[in-house]
Amino acid sequence: MIALQTLYASVHLASVETILAAGVLVLLMIGVFRGDRSLVPLTWGTVALLVLAGIHLPIVPAHGATAFGGLYIGDAFSTFFKVIILAGAAVSMVLALPYLREAATGRFEYPILLTLSALGMCLMVSAGDLLTLYVGLELQSLAAYVLAAFHRNEPRSSEAGLKYFVLGALASGILLYGISLVYGFTGTTSFTALHGLVRGTGLADLGTLIGLVFILSGIAFKVSAVPFHMWTPDVYEGAPTPVAAFFAGAPKAAAMAMLLRVAVGAFGGMAADWQQIVTFVSIASMLLGAVGAIGQGNVKRLLAYSSINNVGFALIGLAAATREGLTGVVFYMAVYVVMTLGSFLAVLAMRTADGRPVETMASLAGLSRSRPGLAAAFAVFMFSLAGIPPLLGFWPKFSVFQAAIDAHLYTLAIVGVLASVVSAFYYLRVIMTLYFAEPAPAFAPAESRTNTVLLGAAAIFCSPVGMLAITPLVAAAGRAAASLL
Amino acid sequence: MIVAALAFYLFAGIVIAAATMTILSKNPVHSVLWLILAFFNAAGLFVLLGAEFLAMILAIVYVGAVAVLFLFVVMMLDVDFARLRAGFARYLPFGISLAVVLLAELLLVLGSGGVHVAPAVAAAPVMPGMTNIQALGALIYTRYVFIFQAAGMVLLTAMIGAIVLTHRQRPGIRKQKVADQIARTPATSIATVAAPVGEGVTL
Repeated sequence: MIALQTLYASVHLASVETILAAGVLVLLMIGVFRGDRSLVPLTWGTVALLVLAGIHLPIVPAHGATAFGGLYIGDAFSTFFKVIILAGAAVSMVLALPYLREAATGRFEYPILLTLSALGMCLMVSAGDLLTLYVGLELQSLAAYVLAAFHRNEPRSSEAGLKYFVLGALASGILLYGISLVYGFTGTTSFTALHGLVRGTGLADLGTLIGLVFILSGIAFKVSAVPFHMWTPDVYEGAPTPVAAFFAGAPKAAAMAMLLRVAVGAFGGMAADWQQIVTFVSIASMLLGAVGAIGQGNVKRLLAYSSINNVGFALIGLAAATREGLTGVVFYMAVYVVMTLGSFLAVLAMRTADGRPVETMASLAGLSRSRPGLAAAFAVFMFSLAGIPPLLGFWPKFSVFQAAIDAHLYTLAIVGVLASVVSAFYYLRVIMTLYFAEPAPAFAPAESRTNTVLLGAAAIFCSPVGMLAITPLVAAAGRAAASLL
Repeated sequence: MIVAALAFYLFAGIVIAAATMTILSKNPVHSVLWLILAFFNAAGLFVLLGAEFLAMILAIVYVGAVAVLFLFVVMMLDVDFARLRAGFARYLPFGISLAVVLLAELLLVLGSGGVHVAPAVAAAPVMPGMTNIQALGALIYTRYVFIFQAAGMVLLTAMIGAIVLTHRQRPGIRKQKVADQIARTPATSIATVAAPVGEGVTL
């Protein structure tokens, strides 16, 4: 029995989730009564809710605190990722406004579903138990399936939603099967207990290992790592662009955080076993992400392969399984979310003169002449994603490679550098199209000042100016990684 | 003890018989009804094992929801069952070989002395003097209240999602307007026409 006082303390530690859950119910009621014309006020209301939740992030002790009898963990790691999640969700919500109005599907459920998804992600990064992890993941995914099919009258969007749902349900089933195996062989689902069992008694039982493999497969689907990446290009292409922007940002960071927590926090004693898996997945993702993107004529598909590629790079840090490596992953995800959201903001600005959104590479040709600002921002994101040195995208790559070399994972580091050279080819091809190709018909002028401001902010963050942010970011990432170990 | 054994054989026998009838009956609606019988008797087996909660879930969820859904589907969809069953003889050898493989695996596992599972570090030990429904309730609303609430949010999301994806406002729907119906008076709805003999009336 939990005494009332501990319950109060638990709710206090989980204040972000409490605020989000209560707030989304209120906003849902407003939306139900006021209908779709409340989309704009609801969107800003939801942003205010996310900011409020961000302000109420609890001050956690250095080694973290648990709530609800160990089901929930609040530590520097979860706080770091919650900031990313809340910011990512807020930006994805705002950037969708002009698009939703244009596409005449401005349904008020959009911000509501996004907030529910953010709530699920907060649960994922704060999970202290496989049960919490699963429920959080389902909450996040279920909202995401609906969002992917948000333009249900468009066959592409419905297809994306259906594909995502069927494959996602399969991945959830695999994950759940792994969880049940682990529970069956160890008798517990709590991360702390698993950490003790798996390390302490040397119960690296074969059954637990098989369960772990299933769990890792399920999570690999969520971070879209090879060989569970197949859905990514199709879903990104078919889903409405703001939704694709959302998918590529916060959920990926949250799933990566969940992967770190499970691998290090729960199965730290089995590091030697999962390191092999993570190494393979990392190499495969880097290579496939780099090679698969080369022939793409659709910018959203290209960004999907780019995200697969980037997840591969981030996983290098996890394969190293050292404090430096984990810091690298955390730092990588923070920078990655900004770069991706920025790229998708640029894609959102791609509209023909009559306002229809376009996604082809060909339409980007000679953008530097008609829209020099947009082209420059695009170029900054591409250079940054490619990891060209003075830009911000270089530093997290550098830190994970450094960690891999320190951990004597030379093969991984070498493959990583090679893959990054290959991927630089297609990023540079985008830049070449932007600057040196014969101009295609000009795009419609920017319609949303907010999006322009966001785009500019993201571009400045990714430019060399962003190096100012490296020191505080790495320090925070280091604290987050330390609280995990 | 003998009563329990008798009850077990009764329930188990009916489950097997009903399951056999489910796959053998010609009429799909009868199949579903046999399936429901099988579910009920399986619930009886759970009660014998002392798992009342599972028994209730089986009766409520499987009989109340799943089987009724099946019934709806077989009654409303025009599925040609004769065609579905056409390949039965052709696929029989394949099916039998699958069954033999499964049987061999089962025997293998049983023969090797069964699976060794770590003794459960019971996360939720059974409290004395409590039925398992009470024990589950006591846990769900205290220790796992967080998960319980989060599961509620998952269901809410599912509901919102279903509405987003299926609800659409179609133009030209005629809705019942109760107020208009009540406000009708003889003056607005009755026309008195003097009908000439041998001719029709146009209204």
